[in-house]
Amino acid sequence: MKDRQLVIVGGGPAGMAAALAARAAGVEDVLLLERDQHLGGILNQCIHPGFGLHHFKEELTGPEYADRFVRQVRSDAGIEVSLRSFAIKLTPDRHMSYLRPGAMEEVRAGAVVLATGCRERTREMIHIPGSRPSGVYPAGLAQKMVNIEGWIPGREAVIVGSGDIGLIMSRRMALEGVKVKAVIEIQKTSRGLVRNVVQCLEDFGIPLLFQHRISLIRGRDRVEAVDVVKVDDELKDIPGSGFSLPCDTVLVSVGLIPENELLEMAGAEIDPKSNTPVAKDINLTSVPGIFACGNACQVYDLADSVTRDSELAGSLAAAYLGGAGK
Amino acid sequence: MDYDVAIVGAGITGAAIARELSRYELKVLLLEKEAEPAFGVSKSNSGIIHAGTQNPPGSLKGRLCVEGNRLMRSEIASDLGLNFVQCGQLVVIFDKADIPELEKIKKDGETLGVAGLELVDRAWLDRHEPNLGPEVKAALRVPSAGIISPYRFVYALVENAVKNGVQLKTSAPLTAVGKARFGFELTAGGASYSCRFLVNAAGLRADDISALAGAPSFKIIPRKGEEYLLDKRREHIANHIIFPLPSKTSKGILIIKTSDGNPMIGPTAHDIEDKDDLATTDEGLAEVLAGARRMMPSISKSDIIAYFAGLRPTAGKDFIIRHEDSVPGLVNAAGIQSPGLTSAPAIAVMVAGILRDHGLELKPKKDFHRLRPRPAHLFQVPLEETRRLIEKDPAYGDIVCRCELVSAQEVRDAVKRGARTLDGVKFRTRAQAGRCHGGFCTTRIMKIMHEELGLPVTGITKRGPGSELIKDERK
Ligand SMILES: Cc1cc2nc3c(=O)[nH]c(=O)nc-3n(C[C@H](O)[C@H](O)[C@H](O)COP(=O)(O)OP(=O)(O)OC[C@H]3O[C@@H](n4cnc5c(N)ncnc54)[C@H](O)[C@@H]3O)c2cc1C
Ligand SMILES: Cc1cc2nc3c(=O)[nH]c(=O)nc-3n(C[C@H](O)[C@H](O)[C@H](O)COP(=O)(O)OP(=O)(O)OC[C@H]3O[C@@H](n4cnc5c(N)ncnc54)[C@H](O)[C@@H]3O)c2cc1C
Repeated sequence: MKDRQLVIVGGGPAGMAAALAARAAGVEDVLLLERDQHLGGILNQCIHPGFGLHHFKEELTGPEYADRFVRQVRSDAGIEVSLRSFAIKLTPDRHMSYLRPGAMEEVRAGAVVLATGCRERTREMIHIPGSRPSGVYPAGLAQKMVNIEGWIPGREAVIVGSGDIGLIMSRRMALEGVKVKAVIEIQKTSRGLVRNVVQCLEDFGIPLLFQHRISLIRGRDRVEAVDVVKVDDELKDIPGSGFSLPCDTVLVSVGLIPENELLEMAGAEIDPKSNTPVAKDINLTSVPGIFACGNACQVYDLADSVTRDSELAGSLAAAYLGGAGK
Repeated sequence: MDYDVAIVGAGITGAAIARELSRYELKVLLLEKEAEPAFGVSKSNSGIIHAGTQNPPGSLKGRLCVEGNRLMRSEIASDLGLNFVQCGQLVVIFDKADIPELEKIKKDGETLGVAGLELVDRAWLDRHEPNLGPEVKAALRVPSAGIISPYRFVYALVENAVKNGVQLKTSAPLTAVGKARFGFELTAGGASYSCRFLVNAAGLRADDISALAGAPSFKIIPRKGEEYLLDKRREHIANHIIFPLPSKTSKGILIIKTSDGNPMIGPTAHDIEDKDDLATTDEGLAEVLAGARRMMPSISKSDIIAYFAGLRPTAGKDFIIRHEDSVPGLVNAAGIQSPGLTSAPAIAVMVAGILRDHGLELKPKKDFHRLRPRPAHLFQVPLEETRRLIEKDPAYGDIVCRCELVSAQEVRDAVKRGARTLDGVKFRTRAQAGRCHGGFCTTRIMKIMHEELGLPVTGITKRGPGSELIKDERK
């Protein structure tokens, strides 16, 4: 088992910012683990503009924003980047195991920063009833299909949820020639940015149905239609308001959940509702020497804020190592 | 004559029959209409290897269930490398006045040959099942019950049958049956086959198949069961499979341990008309939650990560396993409702006996391969074993599914063992079966299937033709 000063899990904007900040604060040895084949995290599939306005005072796409950090990380000899490396185990005294093609590695870390991001909430988590055909995707998966792989998931789509990801994916699908029949939102308002409602839906003539929910998904092999019903202020179905929308694709965009299974394994306290660490302050966890940042710590709307707060996580880890060393 | 025996349907019943017949010097054909085996009822059930209690003493299903359970424990699990866990079952009551009911189940069970049954009181339950709610008063303990992954049970049987010479044809629906001089002429999936004996194990379609062969002697009524899976975090909520007292039509809403970790609650039991209706409903969810929470109040709606419905193929109260004397050579294994998963190995032995009684010679093969090596799954092995696997084969360290810890090697291996669809990969490996439902790994699995099978990505399906994942590929 090797000793490492600081081990960071996750190579998205959060992990990269923490690594750079820790180096700036004097940490000499940083190991950055990323499961994917590239650094950048979720930004790699966010090819739309809207990133960097705060941090760089200019408008960048997700990959451009990520690339600025990737370059800095790559040119820093004190940061060892290990790609296709998946952390599977973390103990309270910071023994970490990770798998990569060809090896299982074990390290003992002076400090750990978890920057593992989020997963998407699914159709199942909001209990949409009906059959289970193909064509029902979390919106982020559809974004990856279209933007990374160049695969068009369907021809006629209904989007569930009007947060920013749902809005952006509505426009993305429309731009690919997919007919977006409607965005279905159970609340009275959209959680997304006003500019996204205007630019992603109104400019494309996509209807946004507030206070509606999908009551059934139809289709045996592939989605054939969804049943939609209007709900009242208590979210109860209004009798007689139901109708059916034929479509072959349903994109579900109903929020993100922090990925904190490693933290849980290390015995840290986790809020069961939000799946975020319970701690005195941002970036801390209930286990000394283990920090969390970015979407793993709390769900962020803006990558710029992720960068800002994750730099703090890097300095906190550096301070911990400094103190622990003395 | 191409085949001695043709079996229609590669669910657990057909798979077990195929494997049983592969012990003998016979030419056996296994026809399946779906893209892969185990895509019928056998994929959507509770995965319980029942002990045999709660069946009427004189019934076929009672006898075959007890025998199937015994075969699982004594040889099948070890021979086929199956992850069978004998966790035992409890039948709980909410009212002490129901103790005579438990005693009746115990007595009936003992008549059928179920061993080890005992009544346990609340103090015992507090020690062994601390999460039971205050309403539970006592229980019957049934130690021989256990759990298994139902689809991996089917795949293991089919793989072993194929290794022993059985011909498997998938995407091959049987559409016509003609009579030949000594048997049948079959049309399935665009090809013709002839066979001496026809074994009908077509699940929900067994009535159609029997009629097609000339014996319209029964009707299958689907009885829907909705099941809801809970997050792995709730894995240790129960130590046994927990049943309430059974009702007339079903064993009630259960709390089910599953062999992969996630506990499950369900199933409902409602007769329906449409054999394709696999929809879950708001009402089903409410019924299942209420039933489970009565036994364990700490179970909540937010624990649910997945759900599905299955249809029990019922034809009256019992299984129909018989030679149809009006159509010599036709053997039905139909109406295989619950406990069909448990009973399958015993059904298979019974069907082989019926075939022998009607003139099929059963001559044991000298080189029958009884054992099937257990495929390696990272989620089932300790870390030290993971290390050895990766050192032997680097791709075990290339993680594809992060929720369930499935490597690229396991996905490739699943394809080599017969997976042709995303569901087939999921059932064999668990990739996409976890919390994120394939949000992270679906595209990667599709690319591996593209490489291994040479399929265009537009041709990759969830569960066969019509369920393609994507419509177009941007050039
Ligand atoms: C679809 C979508 C659209 C968005 N659009 C915008 C926008 O327009 N403008 C904006 O400002 N923000 C946007 N955001 C928000 C912003 O992109 C995120 O807040 C930010 O990327 C979060 O950064 P992160 O580093 O915390 O997580 P991520 O970028 O998700 O990175 C986490 C990394 O950790 C890795 N990882 C996870 N577990 C392990 C493990 N066990 N071992 C090794 N590695 C692991 C993952 O592979 C991943 O690379 C969007 C987010 C999404 C999901
Ligand atoms: C909700 C639920 C829970 C259950 N729980 C349990 C349990 O815990 N324990 C237990 O022991 N049992 C349980 N059962 C019962 C068990 O699942 C069934 O008894 C068993 O799976 C039936 O298997 P089968 O092979 O007969 O049918 P199937 O698995 O349906 O197989 C029949 C096959 O025939 C194929 N077929 C149909 N028509 C044709 C054709 N024309 N040509 C070719 N192929 C065709 C179908 O595609 C299918 O694959 C449960 C059932 C349900 C619904």
